[in-house]
Amino acid sequence: MHDLSVAELAHALRSREFSSTELTRHCLQRIRSLDPQYNSFISVDDAGALAAAANADARLAAGEQGPLLGIPLAHKDIFCTTGLRTSCGSKMLDNFVPPYDATVTRLLRDAGTVLLGKTNMDEFAMGSSSETSFYGSTRNPWDTTRVPGGSSGGSAAAVAARLVPLATGTDTGGSIRQPAAFCGITGLKPTYGRVSRLGMVAYASSLDQGGPMARSAEDCALLLNAIAGLDPLDSTSSAHPVEDYTAQLRQPLTGLRIGLPREYFGEGLDTATGDRIHAALALLEQQGATLVDITLPHTELSIPTYYIIAPAEASTNLSRYDGVRYGYRCEAPRDLHDLYTRSRQEGFGDEVKRRILVGTFALSAGYYDAYYRKAQQVRRLIRQDFLDAFANVDIIAGPTTPGPAFGLGAKTSDPLAMYLEDVYTLAVNLAGLPAMSVPAGQAAGLPVGLQLIGPHFDEARLLNVAHQLQQASDWHRQAPVEASS
Amino acid sequence: MNWEVVIGLEVHLQLATESKIFSGAATRFGAEPNTQACAVDLAMPGMLPVLNEQAVRYAVMFGLGIGAEIGLRSVFDRKNYFYPDLPKGYQISQFQEPIVGRGHFDIQLEDGSVRRIGITRAHLEEDAGKSLHEDFHNQTGIDLNRAGTPLLEIVSEPDLRSAEEAVAYLKTLHSLVTSLGISDGNMAEGSMRCDINLSLRPAGSETLGTRAEIKNVNSFRFVEKAIHHEIERQADILEAGGQVVQETRLYDAERDETRSMRSKEVANDYRYFPEPDLLPVVIEQSWVDSIRASLPELPAAKRERFIADYGLSAYDATVLAAERPLADFYESVAKHCGDAKLAANWVQVELLGQLNRSDLSLGESPVDAPALAALLQRILDGSISGKIGKQVFEAMWAGEGDADSIIEARGLRQVSDSGALEAMVSEVIRGNPEQVAQYLAADENRRKKLSGFFVGQIMKLSKGQANPQMVNDLLNQQLADAGGHGNT
Repeated sequence: MHDLSVAELAHALRSREFSSTELTRHCLQRIRSLDPQYNSFISVDDAGALAAAANADARLAAGEQGPLLGIPLAHKDIFCTTGLRTSCGSKMLDNFVPPYDATVTRLLRDAGTVLLGKTNMDEFAMGSSSETSFYGSTRNPWDTTRVPGGSSGGSAAAVAARLVPLATGTDTGGSIRQPAAFCGITGLKPTYGRVSRLGMVAYASSLDQGGPMARSAEDCALLLNAIAGLDPLDSTSSAHPVEDYTAQLRQPLTGLRIGLPREYFGEGLDTATGDRIHAALALLEQQGATLVDITLPHTELSIPTYYIIAPAEASTNLSRYDGVRYGYRCEAPRDLHDLYTRSRQEGFGDEVKRRILVGTFALSAGYYDAYYRKAQQVRRLIRQDFLDAFANVDIIAGPTTPGPAFGLGAKTSDPLAMYLEDVYTLAVNLAGLPAMSVPAGQAAGLPVGLQLIGPHFDEARLLNVAHQLQQASDWHRQAPVEASS
Repeated sequence: MNWEVVIGLEVHLQLATESKIFSGAATRFGAEPNTQACAVDLAMPGMLPVLNEQAVRYAVMFGLGIGAEIGLRSVFDRKNYFYPDLPKGYQISQFQEPIVGRGHFDIQLEDGSVRRIGITRAHLEEDAGKSLHEDFHNQTGIDLNRAGTPLLEIVSEPDLRSAEEAVAYLKTLHSLVTSLGISDGNMAEGSMRCDINLSLRPAGSETLGTRAEIKNVNSFRFVEKAIHHEIERQADILEAGGQVVQETRLYDAERDETRSMRSKEVANDYRYFPEPDLLPVVIEQSWVDSIRASLPELPAAKRERFIADYGLSAYDATVLAAERPLADFYESVAKHCGDAKLAANWVQVELLGQLNRSDLSLGESPVDAPALAALLQRILDGSISGKIGKQVFEAMWAGEGDADSIIEARGLRQVSDSGALEAMVSEVIRGNPEQVAQYLAADENRRKKLSGFFVGQIMKLSKGQANPQMVNDLLNQQLADAGGHGNT
């Protein structure tokens, strides 16, 4: 049951091969028995899930046919869920139970999905390894001594371990794609503005974007169909028309021009990873695509640019966690200043504090022009790189990460080394583009992710290419050993 | 030394929108604490601002009202600081690109002179909540009902030179925004709050002195007092050879003094940067034009019209045109009674006087415009004198009915029957031979004074109902006759 795709599960539910309740029980059982070794969930909501499944079964029995009706899923613990703790991986929100749903949560509830629980993540989505979580590290199901990537590491690990067929993630600098790559699953970061940010706890507002994480491109498309679109309550969401993202999956790739940025294949790319990427590209070539060498000259500036803009926005987005209205409050504050400083000192972890400090500095009087304003200027150059490239190619492809999943603790003491992990993913967020990570086989037993980057609002094209690759390969069907048992 | 006073004002004006500037919560004043604060106002995780179009419209109306350039593209910024009544830890405001650019309006001073005061800019922002320091036993309560109420911050040029000018500026501004209908202008409820920037410089000097900012002064009278006090304070410092410290001060109305609010705390670095949760506000010129076309008549234009159409003095016109409800009331009285000047007098003296004494607003007046006009018609048609009219007005105010029924019930109709009046005049002349003799012996000047005595006696006799003009004529005639007899 847990090896079936979402489309297969939906078919089985409709044809009464099993009920949503049976499927949900099966997933909950797997979480209970397998997740202790992965720690991919922060909260599991057995009662809520079974109630939702019963409701879905009733709707199915009434003849309703939604593509996600009765399908179990997990939300990254950054999406607010009515009545279910939303911690964002932080002690600060350990006690926070939202009285409202994120728009994504609501749309998926309405679609009849069954929410199993909330997945682990780097604290406030700040990290590339899911090690900064207040709830402990998530482990990579392919090798539990390694990280699953981050910040959506819990969702990636849960999908990879076949605990849940579908999960949401968010991507600010690679937080869907990098864990998808490390865990051998498929993840899509939509165009900025394609999916509402309302009720998604903010890290960096101009970069954050929620999206699907699943085992295949088709499953991602089904989830995207349910969550894409204008939200009048998110001023940055887009009115660009929403397509049926499954409609183009079967288009042949004949004539497709794929740009390979020189900067994504240079020094720093692990050889075995590079080999897997070239093999995947060769497969696309066989299907009629043309590979074109391109350049994205400002790529190397994306790391400093991102690490100014994201912390700057984060430093003020996180000001609301002050111990006054909700969330963590220190014991017996002496006065207002003490309430603020100790609540934040005790409630936030080190990486969050580091980014608040960096961001506060970057916005300070006298430094604003040198850092924040300059970063915004470079951001426009990075975006222009892509726009120029898309004048000649349909999509851009390359590795999602420089190498496979690294060991737990390997980079926690060296923030800069950790930041370099994001070298191929950050620019996409700075440019607001849609991008995917698609399994491309393994290097030394660890998954490798192929990154596909498209023009704004061309998610359908990315999903089409990913789907065609998955028709011609079985990389996305490969599962970590224990998970398939 | 002779000091020149330099004042610039920053006014925080609450806009009269139904809902908040970035959320759907209501903005009514006086609700139970925290009953008008939604998840956005509380800065719950994941909540996002959505701009209220009505607030933008009001800001544009204001900009048009002061002849300012309207920012077709304006940008919201975050102003970062921590305070418990600021739930997000930042205020959404406009810093670099405000919606209203440079403009101006004219203020009229009591000596009749007019000064043009520049407006530097006006921008949209959200109000903070309130900290409640009483009733919580050494703790502070937070009421977030006000958090997110739309504010227009209106910044003047340092063009004002005295407390009188500052108050005139605020009154003119008040008149403008209430006429536009963009704010209720209720200072007692905090709808219009004023920060005063004040410095002194030697008369004739071109460079500005160091200024102090006096925060949150919330009535015209306090503005006047705070300025007087601050001028004195700074002059004392400067004349003693000291230097004014650039700082924020608070006006304490109870003690009538200003005192330093933030001592030597480091100046707040607000770390302004463009609000990433909102797109730049881009408006079409055609939208601005359509708002311009629908603007109501503004006080300055109304004032000119009152002078031209009703023949009012500049002073009367300024007072009556300042606030739209009063102007409408006045125009209604003037039209119904047919005598614009009489109407102006009565509205200003009797009506406003009574409202003041009873501490009522115009909307609460027990006498409405048609009722007042009906009273004035009785004066104009000679049924009653102006003096009796005041009596009738007081009775109307007390709720005794309309003018005619009060005149009838109290038998106040003026005695204009010349036979009856003649008899009364004769009676008084006969009864006061001494005064008649004095009168006849007096010169022209003194006669005028003495005739007042006779008029008073006649009025007394008539219970105030004698037609004064007829009394005068008859009296003069009979006294002249008496003199004639004496001489013969």
